[in-house]
Amino acid sequence: MSLRHICLAAGLAACLSTAPTIAQQASKNITVPYQMFTLPNGLTVILHEDHSVPIVSVNVWYHVGSANEKAGRTGFAHLFEHLMFEGSKNVKEGQFDSLLEAAGGGNNASTANDRTNYFIDVPSNALDLALYLESDRMGTLVDIVSETMVNGQRDVVKNERRQSYENAPYGMADPRIWELMFPKNHPYHWPVIGYMEDLTAASAEDVREFFRKYYAPQNASMVVAGDINPADARKRIEHWFADVKPGKSADPIEVPPVSLNSVIKETLTDQVQLPRLYLAWLTPALYAPGDSALDVTSSILAGGKNSRLYKKLVYDLQVAQNVVAYQNSNMLGSMFRIEITARPSKEPAAQVLEKLKTLVDEELAKLRESPPDAREVDRVLNQTESSFFSRMERVGSFGGKADQLNGYWVQAGNPDWFAEDLARYQSLQPVDVQAAVRRWLPADKRIELIVVPKGEGK
Amino acid sequence: MLGVSASAQQADRSKPPVPGPPPALKLPPIQKRTLANGLPVWIVEMHEVPVANITLIVKAGASADPAGKYGVSSFTAAMLDEGAGTRNALELSDAVEYLGAGLSTGSSFDSSSVRLQTPVSKLDEALPLLADVVLRPAFSEAELNRLRKERLTSLLQTRDDASRLASAAFARLVFGPRHRYGTPAMGNEASNGEMTVSDLRQFYSTYYQPQNSHLIVVGDVTAATLLPKLEKVFGSWKNGAPPPKPTVPVATQHAARTIYLIDKKDAPQSQIRIGWVGVSRSTMDYYVLDVLNTVLGGSFTSRLNNNLREEHGYTYGAGSSFDMRLSAGPFVASAGVQSDKTVESLREFFKELDAIRQPVPSEELTRAKNYEALGFPAGFEATADMAGNLINLVVYGLPDAFFTEYVPKIQGITVAEVQKAAAQYVQSDKFAVVVVGDLAKIEKPIRDANFGPVKIVTVDEILK
Repeated sequence: MSLRHICLAAGLAACLSTAPTIAQQASKNITVPYQMFTLPNGLTVILHEDHSVPIVSVNVWYHVGSANEKAGRTGFAHLFEHLMFEGSKNVKEGQFDSLLEAAGGGNNASTANDRTNYFIDVPSNALDLALYLESDRMGTLVDIVSETMVNGQRDVVKNERRQSYENAPYGMADPRIWELMFPKNHPYHWPVIGYMEDLTAASAEDVREFFRKYYAPQNASMVVAGDINPADARKRIEHWFADVKPGKSADPIEVPPVSLNSVIKETLTDQVQLPRLYLAWLTPALYAPGDSALDVTSSILAGGKNSRLYKKLVYDLQVAQNVVAYQNSNMLGSMFRIEITARPSKEPAAQVLEKLKTLVDEELAKLRESPPDAREVDRVLNQTESSFFSRMERVGSFGGKADQLNGYWVQAGNPDWFAEDLARYQSLQPVDVQAAVRRWLPADKRIELIVVPKGEGK
Repeated sequence: MLGVSASAQQADRSKPPVPGPPPALKLPPIQKRTLANGLPVWIVEMHEVPVANITLIVKAGASADPAGKYGVSSFTAAMLDEGAGTRNALELSDAVEYLGAGLSTGSSFDSSSVRLQTPVSKLDEALPLLADVVLRPAFSEAELNRLRKERLTSLLQTRDDASRLASAAFARLVFGPRHRYGTPAMGNEASNGEMTVSDLRQFYSTYYQPQNSHLIVVGDVTAATLLPKLEKVFGSWKNGAPPPKPTVPVATQHAARTIYLIDKKDAPQSQIRIGWVGVSRSTMDYYVLDVLNTVLGGSFTSRLNNNLREEHGYTYGAGSSFDMRLSAGPFVASAGVQSDKTVESLREFFKELDAIRQPVPSEELTRAKNYEALGFPAGFEATADMAGNLINLVVYGLPDAFFTEYVPKIQGITVAEVQKAAAQYVQSDKFAVVVVGDLAKIEKPIRDANFGPVKIVTVDEILK
């Protein structure tokens, strides 16, 4: 995922949280009431009322991401996202941000493989301003885009790539894994941030074409949530979005079949102190059968001190600095990842990582042989239930209620899919984790990428 | 259903809609209580989500580290949940996670903290775990040795990250090795290598006491039912000798602009840090510096970001900050810029750092004040936000009225006040300038640009 600007969130680390751990109680409580309607131009609108603080979030998802990009224009969905803040027909360059800041508001956006999301958070007296800005760029960005605008954000995005990938420790490993996992003609092959030469090639004409193809109102959905009166908010939305013209619906993406039938090995070098092992498997898409079981598996392996890989590698043997495991869920297919950074050692990096890999395989083999204990699974599920409650605490920003309602609408077809999503986890038994490891995490079909410190050679 | 009558009138896009009067933020009261042993308890009820956020603040952090023991505060906090009460580290972690709760410990320069976030339905089971961690940490030798390796490895990894390295270098070069702010809160390789159980126990017994602590509770609780529970688990906590008040002297100010260069071979970007010793949180200039920094580098439209990112495209983001601690922390302007534009970027930095000393146009000043003042309510939304605000009051000894005074004080700041503050606090001819980048590419151009004397600094010098 690539962001428009850097999140200076201070409290992220402290976000693990809270809720009744009794399943029934949790499912019963976990609902976010909403109203939904569609404007004549095709824009889907979802309203949610919450008066706890006097702010409103306007959250828009466009159903386009890097997966929709054409050859030679990788990174374009994200570059386009940057241009959405550079002004529109009635909003001069720089005004989008100045007007919002002058009203005490904030904004950001991010691009992923499957979607692009935007939010504007404002004090509730500035709802009209937020709707004005959002509707103006939805309707008229295409009218004013110029090469100068593209040049400016092209340089910014290139620097984002330098900062977040090229000059970041281990930064080139992730894009390489996507390239190895998905074939050249698959829409997940290339990185969301894009390749430098493609960023160089992007033109204002590309922006106009992309806008017409993907930024029509019927390819978007908008949540307005927070300190609103729904009837009043609806009138304001209808007022500001009435002159946004409908466009064409986007063509569906052609997705070639993808399979991984062997072990793919690769070695990268980087200016780092410690070697790191990456393992990656091809796994079921977001919300597909197996997706939630793999999510739980990742916590069984690497969530907390008692998780299997953490306890073995970091706590008991102390041969690793950290262990990360996660199911990276996407609409067209997912990846299960394990990443382990070695402790300093006198042995050569490749040898150190080979040993770590053997230890991982021993733990995976155990899970294939027998299911985890009920307590291990319950511990994870209780944490999962709690996380659904902590997700209720904020209206705006990334991951607030507005963003979640939009995400569920786009990805599950129901904005208030909270209880159903939680039920995907609560229905799991220990044998489901065992089955997921057997089915989806075989030792002979995966990517094994290692990063070794420069100077240690390949 | 049509429902379009209200929108039948064409939207007037000729000028942006002007927001009406800003909504008032209504904050729930801070209910202040004291346990029998003197431990102050502040409770703020927020009933929207059935969770509670409970933070035990100890009013001593890295600033209380004795010379030669830098990192002891941080190490002590890190060890609190590595076994406590009747449970070892693994059992404790299992117990907390099984409740669906989260427990974390930490230490900054000014305070240490233990935070519990729990479903309110599990509060009765979670509170004794919190109390164990605060009152009965085991400080086992084996766990200390395990954490030591983890911390030494983390310090080693500072070398990988140009951004982290630039910040560490800036702190060291501005504050020096003998001022506490010149070394990271977690200490360095030597101090972590030598830390013993008795060092940690001594820090703990000196500062972790009811008379030096404060309990903050935010969430779906009521004071009446909560207090007996707190009394039950924290009641046995006794005071010892009154702890010394940690004092950190104001550091000697950086005297003349110097460019410090640190090599990172083949780096595609240069990480830049520019500044000097700033102010403490108790400064009389708090509000004016808040506004000044918003204009200079504290928001997206701020001058530094607008210049270096939006106008020139040299960076993904540029900004500045006053890190206000109990003593004067750093003022720093920073960015990661593409290597071949390092000199140009430095030039633009200096341009903005000098321009802020001129009167700020009133529209720009108004925008900055509104951004801070009108955005203030958003900082009280989640339980963790509210807790963070209360912790600030406790650690920096601010009056409750801070929450109500903030908006009018910000709105009252004048152009002249900003200009006066800029003259005092932003003097770029005296700043330390740290650049971490590919010296093969950037050293000669930087020397040729004559920004000031250039010194090459090694990573080892910074981290020792």
